Amino acid sequence: MAVLVVAEITDGALSMDATAKAVTAARPLGDVTVLCIGSLARAAAGEAATISGVARVLCAENALYGHRLAEPVAALIVSLAGEYAHIVAPATTDAKNILPRVAALLDVMVLTDVTAVVDADTFVRPVYAGNAMQTVRSKDEKKVITFRTSTFEAAGTGDPVTIDDVAAADAPGLSEWLEDRVAESDRPELTSAKIVVSGGRGVGSEENFAIIEALADKLGAAVGASRAAVDSGFAPNDWQVGQTGKVVAPDLYVACGISGAIQHLAGMKDSKIIVAINKDEEAPIFQVADYGLVADLFQAVPELTEKL
Amino acid sequence: MKVLVPVKRVIDYNVKVRVKADGSGVDLANVKMSMNPFDEIAVEEAIRLKEAGKASDVIVVSIGVKQAQETLRTALAMGADRAILVVAADDVHTDIEPLAVAKILAAIVKEEDPGLVICGKQAIDNDLNATGQMLAALTGFAQATNANTLAVEDGAAVVAREVDGGLQTIKVTLPAIVTTDLRLNEPRYASLPNIMKAKKKPLDEKTAADYGVDVSPRLDIVSTAEPAARTAGIKVESVDELVSKLKDAGVV
Repeated sequence: MAVLVVAEITDGALSMDATAKAVTAARPLGDVTVLCIGSLARAAAGEAATISGVARVLCAENALYGHRLAEPVAALIVSLAGEYAHIVAPATTDAKNILPRVAALLDVMVLTDVTAVVDADTFVRPVYAGNAMQTVRSKDEKKVITFRTSTFEAAGTGDPVTIDDVAAADAPGLSEWLEDRVAESDRPELTSAKIVVSGGRGVGSEENFAIIEALADKLGAAVGASRAAVDSGFAPNDWQVGQTGKVVAPDLYVACGISGAIQHLAGMKDSKIIVAINKDEEAPIFQVADYGLVADLFQAVPELTEKL
Repeated sequence: MKVLVPVKRVIDYNVKVRVKADGSGVDLANVKMSMNPFDEIAVEEAIRLKEAGKASDVIVVSIGVKQAQETLRTALAMGADRAILVVAADDVHTDIEPLAVAKILAAIVKEEDPGLVICGKQAIDNDLNATGQMLAALTGFAQATNANTLAVEDGAAVVAREVDGGLQTIKVTLPAIVTTDLRLNEPRYASLPNIMKAKKKPLDEKTAADYGVDVSPRLDIVSTAEPAARTAGIKVESVDELVSKLKDAGVV
């Protein structure tokens, strides 16, 4: 059977990393078709066509799909669903917005944040903030799935495959885009960064986050934050690492002033190397850290920035 | 305008989750249960809309076991006007899937005709993040998920949504489904007098069958396991030692 992978596209640009990881996850399920949706999607489709293991690319380029509003995008995916046994996407906020709507329109359950494929009907996903891993078997004829990208390797690239245009579906016209406020940043994207430097409640204020950012910039890293730091207004929510934020698995994760609440660990414990800097030697973060430094972060972090 | 808020009874977020030794699930017997934190934010937002004169009634709904009545009483104590309990399971370990929940909610939406439904973005037990979107699909309403701010005016809601990399502001035609993110508001605590008053507020009890919805699961749970454990490494004594370890590991 065939699999439809919904590519991650923002303002016409393909997120190669997230999409190529979803292709890797989808490959064991059947022939992979990648669907590129957007008001600008052709360049992204051209790029997606080079991902190894992709059999075909569909391009739905239409002004209706600018800003990827859930109602028209879900209607389009449902209009194409017929020939596919699996409809999947990387578990981005965009896909999490759209795919459950697709599933309900098809009268099937959705499986979100899947971390492993057992067989065509059986999947593993974390529950309870990653404190348990559940293996579930779907009885639905079609499966609608988002894959947690941090657990799959990105597929490589090769010779491009054919790109076919698809027609727009009926648009319900229930919602309207007003504005995007995107944080301007030269830093790498949090979920695909090789290094992540995160701050917690211990950082103390929004201004103090500058020392976390300085270390991140020295390392060419993305900046993360614990939910406690976000709740306290020290950091924006799109920096949040954890069950209710982003799940990351970089080569190096540096946790500064983070106690290590279960909800935070769920978002970073698959990192290859974890460093924890915290003045409380009893902090649970040290139970998962490869290298722990019991120190005042206001001294240790600037010193680390200087010595690296 | 009525506002409908679905609330779920889940394991309290401070409780350490234990996987049962036989792999059949998570132990929920004699464990502290609370309202799903994102649903608390949804209840708070609905009450604020009422206080601002934008909503007339706040109706809370819970679908699950009979004990969810306590969760509804909490929402009533916060300031909701009335509650609907839909009993759909006997065993506290039975989780009603979002698709079935959305079907029951869609039937309630038909009866109650709310202008707005505010849901938590995800429940902290199954972490599915699906009910709001599924309800939007089944009702044919617009959806605005992961709300950071919500403003209601002239038959529409303007919602700033938390998305990867920042905020996206959209305008949805009412009736609509909004799901709450963390920073939408800080939920109030119910005062003792309000907890007493809540006991007298109306609570209707229904069953899934009353709405003609089949709640049998689409997903069979094969097994539930502990996640792979990570072992603690070493403590370093100084920043210099840390730097040399990281250099040895080849990550800097």
